[in-house]
Amino acid sequence: MGFFSRKRSASSAKERLQLVLVHDRTDLTPSQLKSLKNDLLKAISKYIEIDPDAVQIEIEHEGREQRLVADIPLRNATRGK
Amino acid sequence: MTAQVITITSGKGGVGKTTAVANLANALAIDGKKVVCIDGDIGLRNLDVVMGLENRIVYDIVDVIEGRCKLKQAMIRDKHYPNMHLIPAAQTRDKNAVSPSDMVRICKELRGDSDFIIIDSPAGIERGFRNAIAPADRVLVVTNPEVSAVRDADRVVGILEAEEKENTALILNRLNPTLVKNNDMLSAEDVLDLLGIQLIGVVPEDESVLIGSNRGAPVVTDAKSRAGQAFRNIAKRIQGQDIPFMDLDQQNGLWGAIQRLTGRK
Repeated sequence: MGFFSRKRSASSAKERLQLVLVHDRTDLTPSQLKSLKNDLLKAISKYIEIDPDAVQIEIEHEGREQRLVADIPLRNATRGK
Repeated sequence: MTAQVITITSGKGGVGKTTAVANLANALAIDGKKVVCIDGDIGLRNLDVVMGLENRIVYDIVDVIEGRCKLKQAMIRDKHYPNMHLIPAAQTRDKNAVSPSDMVRICKELRGDSDFIIIDSPAGIERGFRNAIAPADRVLVVTNPEVSAVRDADRVVGILEAEEKENTALILNRLNPTLVKNNDMLSAEDVLDLLGIQLIGVVPEDESVLIGSNRGAPVVTDAKSRAGQAFRNIAKRIQGQDIPFMDLDQQNGLWGAIQRLTGRK
């Protein structure tokens, strides 16, 4: 570790803890979260057209409350298609 | 008189549970409260030695549960404060010798004759921890500003939520203000943001804590110790007083005074 990267060890501790606590609290592994996202997108795509690259699905926390927040931009339907 | 039962727990071992129990009990006793401490760490008894009472033990909590003595006989009176007692853990038994309902029953018997019952929980989230939290009116979770301790504290807070324990609060122990300033240690704000629970005190890292344990005289009795002051403040908050948090950045002693005079702080 270089001199400059040493300076931010508290921030790196906090970021790492934020991630690990999300998984501890939900009992969801990172790979399970990934399949959850894929399944969700598949289900939604059955009904409406979405832009898969613009999708954001994250677990956010406020205090001890956690929520799954999904931002899924829809594509405009093209008439006559 | 109906005592409040306060359990001190942490998940991770070695973060300062026993030290916190000894110090808070002493601080409450100094304030004139009737205090009973219970060592809940069956098989790994330690509170007696931190409180300097190891030579006075005759009976322990398992003797009470198994009917070999009366509750009063297992209560060891403190050397300095006659209003403080310790019920020691059994050293040669394991945690299965005690059940959550035993703890509830013992506390029920003690409640009428004391102001505070403080239970020292063992590390972990198993039987001993379950025993320790069963009778608790309030749980204080001790952690250090360190990744593994914070992670374990979060697990414990999650279990306490599931058990519908209300009023859980955090004691952040062994904070080093210099490291925090250099951004090499999680700050109190960081830890609170991560854990999302109420804070009841921040105890600075202080070598006088070790010296106090060595002597069996908890650091709260040392008027000059910063950690002692922090524990005295927590004890006041436990009693419902509104005590502002200490400025841990403040420098002590001659060097601090020079720095303040020359505006270097």
